[in-house]
Amino acid sequence: MISRFQTILFAVLVLASAIMGFALWRQLERAHQRLLAGGDSAPTQAPQVAPAEQATLIVANDTDGSLLTEVQSLPLPKDPGARARAVLGKLLDLYAAPDAAHPVPGGAPSVAQVFLMPAPSLTAAESKSTDSGPQLAVVNFAASFAATHPSGIETETLTVLSICETLHANFPRITQVRFLVDGQPRSTLAGHADLSHTHLASEPLSSAERQQ
Amino acid sequence: MLVFLWVATVAAQSPPAPAPPPARFVVVLDAAHGGDDTGAHLSTGQLEKAFTLAFGVRLRSLLGARGIQVVTTRESDASVDLNRRAEIANHANAQACLTLHASDTGTGVHLFASSLAPAEPARFAAWKTAQSAFVNRSLALAGVLNSALLHAGLNVTLGRTELPGIDSMTCPAVAVEIAPERGPDHKITSALDDPAYQARVAEALAAALLEWRTDAVRTEAARP
Repeated sequence: MISRFQTILFAVLVLASAIMGFALWRQLERAHQRLLAGGDSAPTQAPQVAPAEQATLIVANDTDGSLLTEVQSLPLPKDPGARARAVLGKLLDLYAAPDAAHPVPGGAPSVAQVFLMPAPSLTAAESKSTDSGPQLAVVNFAASFAATHPSGIETETLTVLSICETLHANFPRITQVRFLVDGQPRSTLAGHADLSHTHLASEPLSSAERQQ
Repeated sequence: MLVFLWVATVAAQSPPAPAPPPARFVVVLDAAHGGDDTGAHLSTGQLEKAFTLAFGVRLRSLLGARGIQVVTTRESDASVDLNRRAEIANHANAQACLTLHASDTGTGVHLFASSLAPAEPARFAAWKTAQSAFVNRSLALAGVLNSALLHAGLNVTLGRTELPGIDSMTCPAVAVEIAPERGPDHKITSALDDPAYQARVAEALAAALLEWRTDAVRTEAARP
């Protein structure tokens, strides 16, 4: 004869088993849902690659202190700031190559960001035309770039000039360039070239000229 | 009438007025960097601040031997502010100011004048652009230095740049950056620590400054 106590205990255990089974089934469902959600965020198709375009690079040469024009084909994004960064990255990749005529370590990662904004206007007419008026490019270098840049008047001047002229050659609206290092203003690039003020990109002064 | 004739005769017989004394010719030598500011770490193992000081002493001796008065911005491994350097040069009322640098990059001697646009001399000049009234004379000085260095068989690169120290100087000012001499294969033929190479550069600069002084005296004499 089964006692009343044992019957109630059996019923409670059955009910608890049913509840635990339901809870396990719910957790299994949720885990499955999470897996499906994670699967949605995985790439299902290859990222769209920006088409290759031609960019004009003004490349420095330490041997004769010259700046030479070189046309390179490279993928360029649509966003103007990212586009300017890609162009400068290519220029600095040339300088980081083992046989570079203007050796500067670092390469493309040396340019952290390039911001484009309306240039401080010189005339009232320019201040009204913000859509087509002159632009100021703010180039933010990584700290490692300034730390490892060779020190010297010629080499630092050539780096600054080639960047300013490369930006103006590809973005004619850029007439002024300002440099930051790790987001902060800096007095010189590596002890010589002045970075404390805005550089004019549209009217570059003559670069060096070799004699003999 | 007789008195007038007597006065005229005495005036004609009196010795001519003595020529005005020649203008003081002063050269400022500014050995770049110093103290905490070491400048470049040269491949020879030397620091740029030490090289510029030693080269400045060598050049000062050569100029002194040629009778040229020299004012230096530093005589020891001391940190001298760029504004202080310009103050020393401006107080010296110099006819030529040379800022001495050294670098491992490039070849030969690099001459840089200020990239400021030329401007007419004014009674009061802005400190940061005081050099603008002297840019044309600085370019002329760079030309004389260039000729002398070429005559000595050295490679020369001419350029213009923005250097805060030079841009505040009120004298014909040129930055002289000395790099190793390299051959066509880019290999170093004369290193920075080669005494013979240093002597060639210093002799050429001294000869150029002597010619600059001769030109200055000639120009002064030609003035009415």
